Order: sequence, then structure tokens, then C-alpha cells
Amino acid sequence: MSQETILIGLAGVLASASPLIFAVIGETLSERAGVINLSMNGTILLSAMGGFAVAYNTENIVLGFLAGMLIGALVALIVAFASITLQQSQVAVGFVLALTCRDLAYFLGNDYMGVPGPRLQAMPIPVLGDIPVLGPLFFRHDVITYISFIAIFFAWLWIFRTRPGLMLQGIGEKPAAAYIRGANVNLMRYVYTIVGGALIGLAGPAFSLAIRAGWMGTISGLDGFGWIALSITIFGGWNPVRGAFGAYLFAFLQWLGLVLQPVLTQVPSQVLQVAPFPLMILTLLLVNIGNAEWVERTLAAMPESARKIFAKMLRAMRTSPPAALGVPFERD
Amino acid sequence: MNVELKNINKHFGAVHANKGINLNIPTGTIQGILGENGAGKSTLMKILSGFIQPDPGSEIILDGKPVVIHSPADAIKYGIGMLHQDPLDFPPMKLLDNFLLGLSGGLFPNRKETAQDFNLLAREYGFSFDPESYVDSLTVGERQQLEIMRLLFLGARVFILDEPTTGISAGQKEKLFATLKKFPEQAMTVIFVSHKLEDVENLCDRVAVLRGGGLVGETKPPYVTSNLVEMMFGKAITLGARQPAEAGEVTISMKNVSLEDVRMKIKNVSLDIHAGEVIGLAGMEGSGQDLFIRACAGLMRTVGGRIHLQGQDLTGKSYHTFKHAGVNFLPAARLEEGLVLGLSLTDHFVLAEEPKGLFIDRAAGQKLAEDRIQSFNIRGKPDSTVESLSGGNQQRAELALLQTPLSLILLEHPTRGLDIESVIYIWSKLKGRCKTDGAAIVFISSDLEEVLQYSDRVLVFFNGMVSAPLDAGKTTVEELGQLIGGKGWADKGEAHD
Repeated sequence: MSQETILIGLAGVLASASPLIFAVIGETLSERAGVINLSMNGTILLSAMGGFAVAYNTENIVLGFLAGMLIGALVALIVAFASITLQQSQVAVGFVLALTCRDLAYFLGNDYMGVPGPRLQAMPIPVLGDIPVLGPLFFRHDVITYISFIAIFFAWLWIFRTRPGLMLQGIGEKPAAAYIRGANVNLMRYVYTIVGGALIGLAGPAFSLAIRAGWMGTISGLDGFGWIALSITIFGGWNPVRGAFGAYLFAFLQWLGLVLQPVLTQVPSQVLQVAPFPLMILTLLLVNIGNAEWVERTLAAMPESARKIFAKMLRAMRTSPPAALGVPFERD
Repeated sequence: MNVELKNINKHFGAVHANKGINLNIPTGTIQGILGENGAGKSTLMKILSGFIQPDPGSEIILDGKPVVIHSPADAIKYGIGMLHQDPLDFPPMKLLDNFLLGLSGGLFPNRKETAQDFNLLAREYGFSFDPESYVDSLTVGERQQLEIMRLLFLGARVFILDEPTTGISAGQKEKLFATLKKFPEQAMTVIFVSHKLEDVENLCDRVAVLRGGGLVGETKPPYVTSNLVEMMFGKAITLGARQPAEAGEVTISMKNVSLEDVRMKIKNVSLDIHAGEVIGLAGMEGSGQDLFIRACAGLMRTVGGRIHLQGQDLTGKSYHTFKHAGVNFLPAARLEEGLVLGLSLTDHFVLAEEPKGLFIDRAAGQKLAEDRIQSFNIRGKPDSTVESLSGGNQQRAELALLQTPLSLILLEHPTRGLDIESVIYIWSKLKGRCKTDGAAIVFISSDLEEVLQYSDRVLVFFNGMVSAPLDAGKTTVEELGQLIGGKGWADKGEAHD
């Protein structure tokens, strides 16, 4: 493989991860506030179809993306209303929505099956795009991929460096404590669930108007991405940067499967296609190994100097969910 | 700040939780609010701190001005800050983030400046905190200090403390009291809510007693304990004299037992505990007494040595073998470890019985529950879920679940958070089991008076060291306090061979 092929491949990895990144960031915001939006898999499919249909009919690609976000926000509003106002089980409501939205997408999208439609074009950035290696890797993408880069940074900045972000962490961790510090817990939960839902809804058109342009119904191959995004959110420790790494790793493994297929002819192609999923889980488990008790015990038995280094590393990798995730808040 | 409560009423449905309470708290006083569980203290404090709204016609007057407090955030604007029984902070966060959270200011907080403010405030009040460490590395007592600092920084002039001495060590209590005693000099008002007579007597300039939702009376020092008790309960209650046990046969015998976990090592403990005897385990939380009691329960494997129960070698055997031999363990976390959330009292009693067949005999279960509820004086119905019961009644339910016959009862903080009436009741039941079953009791408590009042012998734990058994009748609270703090170990020796 030439160097150029590899570069183009890796650039493709960065671009193809962008839908996953939007979904992971959206889910991260929602869960940081304490609401699990389990509808994600269905939302992505429905917004992919809806976004494509709107862009196709209006011949306006921006409207397509906005339509996707609106669909995501509306589904999230249902999740928010059921879980915050009605205090119903977030898991049950989200799961039913995941199935409903998926089937709705296939049903409503019948007319758009295989129709050639608009597609977002690459927009190389003038000067930056000409830098060797970095140029083709980062600066010759379409707008939505650039936005995904920026979104990672801003989500991280918001959650970990701003006052409202700190309050967001508090709302998901211990809503009563956030409340005495002046937060309107339920309103904020609505806001973050809906904003998160809009970001999840952006993942759909990022597929159907960019990465895998068009709507192909059940053979679009988008089914399952929502679940992967959900697990990346969890293993990413509710941190947009770690979540983005997970998304890139997944896209990379998928690309590797494609590249290796002609080389490893004796391996059935299905194995290479499916391999990224279990490999992903394995990697993420390894990253979170510090949570296990036996690791703690092994550590305790190590000599002092080595233990300190390992303990620090593990502490840095260790994650725990927002403590009030999925728990309704009542003013006493 | 002068706080005046005028005709405070609060109904929850049919329940009249606060009945026309009038109370004036002058600037610079430490006001005690005393009452048993359910007396209306919490409701009154929640009204003052903005958590709930009182009925119309109630008035809160701060420094002569009537105010309406809509929320806790509103209360702090008026200068009223509340320290909750379980600190309302964020365990996984850094101290600095926890401190920053909720402070007003621009989008991007200035962490460096806030850290300086934080350190300055900590120094002023004699607390030592590293703003970059994590809240979950602190003890409950330290987390209280952290909350006090935060409230001070927010400009609180009135401090409401809700049962602050529950779950903290004796040393931390002293420190807390020392801090609070300085507040009146700065024209701050402290409202100290408790059911612990001793704490209220030691700290407060004046005491108001609530009972059944109403204000029963106010007193000033010198306090007469029996009067306070009578006001709290409407009747006189006495602790009674210590009742030393007549030691019987050896129930549990430990020979050179060594224990260890990630944090702690205990070496070579040898001890015989006799039937009918009560052994109190004293020490700072996490000094090794939790390992010791779990080893007695068969929940923790010994690293060395042997444990015999009534002559039978149970070393290395499982919890179930211990339980079969009549060992029962009631852990500190009642709702997390002892009882099953969502299950009713009937369900609990049925579960604890030996199963007879596949299906549950509802009628028999109901009957059993009614009997137990009556004989253990539990305020609840057979189909009440355990979480709907008050702490004292949950503990009574746990006692009602103890199996018969029993050889050894292990208890972790059996009376933590309970009012004195429940404490006396629970101990009378426990002592009853010593007499009827010849059971021995081993219990952990951070309340030193409780340890001395009810134990026959006391083991003190300090950093994994275990003292020789002390005769509870000949030991004072002061001696015990010193040993717990690590002083005077040279002449007490250890329970080693």
C-alpha cells in the first residue's frame, strides 16, 4: 500500500466517524444531565431518512441537516417528557422509541429507496489543505466533518471548563445538591436532553447526506450504529474527548477490515466485517480495567514505586457514571 | 442575624407537621432544636431553608423584615445556609470544582483565584484541604467542614445544622463544635437540630423542644437532662443501671487470628467471648473493627489463626455455615445491606423463615408479620415497604428478623441516628436475647457512652492494633477517647499472645 492510499484511508476514517461523534456527544450531554436517551438507534435511522427526504424535496442540503436535528430533538422531547415530567422508566420508553423510530424510518422512507439525491461536497481549506500529511488528513473534508472536530472541543470545554458545564455535572451526579446551589434541575434536564437529541439527530443526515449518501431502507447498513454509539458513550466515561477516541477507533477497525479483506483471503469476509464490534468491546473493557476489584488487589501486592505509577494510570483511565443517571428528581 | 418564626404551620395532606410554631432566635446565639424522630424539626428547618413552603399565614422575619423564601438558593441570598445530614456535595469531583459549583460569575470560572480564596478561607477556620484532591477521599466530618466553608463563602449568616454529629468521629465532633462556638462572635446565628441531648447540652446557648409538631418549651442552661427528656417524650425515661452479664460457656474463640484487606492488617488476635456477654468495639471508623466483625460473621477469611464457634472449628467456612451455627450479622447500612428495598414487612419475615414448599403461604405470612409487629412495637403495617418506615422502625424490623436460636449477634452501629427511646428499646430487646438464648453480642459503635453503657468488655481498635479487653465498668469515656486517638497504648497492651 502506498503512503497516499494510507493517508486517504485514514482521512476517510476521520470523516466516517463523524456521525458517531455527534451521537456520542449528544448522548453524553443527555446522560451527564441524568437522562438516558436510549432511542438513539431509531433516532439516527429516522433522522437519516427524514434529513434525506427534506434535502431531496427542497433541494436544500442545509434544510436536510436541520430536519435531522429537529427529528432528534422531538424524539428527545418525548424521552424527556416521559422520564422527567411523568417519571416513567427511561429504559422502557427509550427502548420502545428505538424500535418505533426504526420501523417508522423504513416505512416512511419507502419512496426514497435508492433515489439519487444531494450529497455534501468536500471543502478543502485553502492554505491548510496543502500542508503535507496533515493537509489531506485533516483539512480536505466536508463541512460536517469539520463541525465534528469542533464539536468535540466545544463539548469538552463546556462540560469541564465552564460554570454551566460544572452545574451540568452536578445535576447528573446529585440533583439535590445542584438544586440547593440554585439549579432548576428539571428544566436543565429538558434542555440538555433536547440539545443532546438534536446532536444525535445530526448523526442521521451525516450518514445520508454525506458519508453514505442516499437512503437504502433496511440495507442502508445504519442499523446498529446507535447501539455502538451508546456503548462508546459509556466506555468513554461520559467525556467527549474519550468518546471521540472510541468513535475513531471503531471507524479505524472498520477500515482495517476492508483493507485486510484482499490480503487475508482465507478468512471469511463476514468475520472481518463483524470483528470491529467485539474488538471494540474488548478494547473498551481494557481501558476500564481499573474498576475491577482484582486489579486493586494485584496493585496492593506490588512494590511501592511500581504501584504508584500503575495506580495513577488506572485512576486517570477510571470512569464512573453520573450517580443520578436515570433517577427522577423530586424537590424532597 | 435575628431569626423570628411566627405562627409557622405546615400540613402534608391530613398530617399537621408544624403546629403554629413561634420562635425568636436572637443574633449571635447557638439555638438548639431538640425533638425525637418525627417531632417536626426537619419540617421546620426545611421551611426556613426554602425547601418547602409553609401554609399561608406563617411568617419568617429576618432582622425585622418579613421574607418569603422560595428555594434553598433563595435562602442563601438572605444569608441562611443549611448543612444537611448527608452532605449535599459531589463525591467524584475535585474539592475546588465542588466549591466552585453554584458560585455566580462569568462563563469561565477563574480557577486560580477561586483556589486562593479557598485556601485563605480554609486557613482562617483552621481546616486543611487540598483543593485538587477529590471529595470522595474525605471523611463525612471533613465533608461537613467543606460545606461550612462553602456556605461561609456564600455569605451565610445563619447556619442550620441537621443532625450533624451522626456518623462523625468524636474528634471531628469536637472540632465542629469549636468552629461553631466561634460563630456568635461574628454576629452569626447557629441553629443546631438534634435528638442527642448530650450534644445539645454541650453546645447550645438555648434549647427549644418540639414534640408532635408543636413547640413544647424553651430552656436555657444549666440544663436538667431529665427535664429535657420529659419535654421530648412527654414522659420520663431512664437509661437504667449497667447490667453486667453472667458469663457462660465460651461462644466464640479466636486464636492468633490475623486479617487483612487492601488497607489494613490485623495480627494475632486471641480472644474468648462467652455466652451472654456483650463486647463493644470502639475506634475511629476504618481502624480494623469492621474487619474483625466481618471475620466473626464468616464474611471475611482469616489469613492466619483459627476461629471456633461453640467448640466447632469454623475457620475459613462460609457465611452460611456461620449463620447455620446461629451467627447473625446486622450491618450498618440498613437499607443497602440489611433489608430489601421495595419488599414489605411480611415479605421480609416470610423470606427469613425456613421455606416450606414452593409457594408462599400468604395468610400465615400475614399472621407472622402482625405478631412480630406487635411484639417488636414496629410502627408500620404488614404491607408497609421497609423504606417507608422510619430509621428506628427499620432497626426494630431487623431485630425481628434475627433467627432463633442464636449464638452470636454482630451489630454495626445498631442505634446510629435513632432517638433515645428507640435506643433503649433496641438494647432491651438485644439484652433479652442474651438472657433467653444465651447469645453473645459483638457491636461496633462510635458513640462511646453507648459502648460503655451496654458492653461488658470493650476492645479498642487503632490503625489495625487491637487492645486487650477492657472492663467496661472500670473504664471512662475519657480513657476510651484517648485510646481511640492512639494515646496510652503502651500500658494497655494488645490482645496478642
